[in-house]
Amino acid sequence: MIKRFTLMLLLAGLGAIFAGLMLDYVPDAELNRTADYYAKNTAADLGAANIVTAIIVTYRGLDTLGEVTVLFLTAAIVGLVLAREKHEQSQPKREHPPTGELLTTGTRLLLPLILLFGAYVFSHGHLTPGGGFQGGAILASGMLLMLLSHPLRRFGHRTIAVVESIAGLAFVFIGVLGIALAGGFLDNRILPIGTLGELVSAGAIPLIYSFVGLKVGAEFSSMLLNLSETEEL
Amino acid sequence: MAMIAMASGFLLILIGLFGALSNRNILRMIVAFAVANTGVNLVLVAVGYMDGRTAPILNEAVPVAEATARIIDPVPQALVLTAIVIGVGVTALMLAYAYKLFKTKGTLDISQYTDLKW
Repeated sequence: MIKRFTLMLLLAGLGAIFAGLMLDYVPDAELNRTADYYAKNTAADLGAANIVTAIIVTYRGLDTLGEVTVLFLTAAIVGLVLAREKHEQSQPKREHPPTGELLTTGTRLLLPLILLFGAYVFSHGHLTPGGGFQGGAILASGMLLMLLSHPLRRFGHRTIAVVESIAGLAFVFIGVLGIALAGGFLDNRILPIGTLGELVSAGAIPLIYSFVGLKVGAEFSSMLLNLSETEEL
Repeated sequence: MAMIAMASGFLLILIGLFGALSNRNILRMIVAFAVANTGVNLVLVAVGYMDGRTAPILNEAVPVAEATARIIDPVPQALVLTAIVIGVGVTALMLAYAYKLFKTKGTLDISQYTDLKW
């Protein structure tokens, strides 16, 4: 009872703080200086139509590298924490019910489309509201569908690890190329900027975002795989 | 519009915290944290929203010359993109640890885990 009361008191206090924040909040009438700089200079400097992508991949590219590293660490720790169970389980303990005609046929039909859509989303990150992280999540959803339709099949961790390592190395390598050929680490102008709004434009952004997409897809897939293999089959 | 999004974001944070603090099942707490996480993202995006403006993507509708007057703030969107990805990672980690805890103690009731209680 006293616990409930304290909880309610805490939430009421927090709610009051939030309400105060919201009532005092006045939306900006125009862009602040940082956003204004991005709005004015992105097209001329980097040639990316999607300003959010330009910020993530180039202006704050180092932070994105850090973010990808955090994701890699998460995938590695999930693998580490769940690793022991994988060795213990050898033979399926019980007969797994069949997954059903709809799911298997649907997977066969949908999987190529999902992978294609994921590739589309991460390769068009500089033009449309998409990008490496979104595209990678879509790729991983294809993996999830595969895990659902073939729960007994063991997927290769090795392939995923290879894709992830190559994508990560390529990301860093392109970044280092930026130091040598352009203005600094992860500068996208190692390739010609091209015309605004075309697929092959914005320098290295599509390339970097494709590698980010592959890496994120591989990391999410390995997390899904590790979590699904904990299931006692 | 932005106010509605912001209010629902704050509400989601409160709902998430209520769920995390009032439930004893670890899985429910994880779901509650994910709800609170969504609320934080919603508030952040709402802060960057400006009435009558459009997404920060340059095309025929938003020429480069008019960009300053036509687009919303892109910085919170970039931030939230990062936050969503990290949120997924945190949720996956919590689930993995929850599984490990269940393996060791055979229960997901948080009140059974008294090792660090004083």
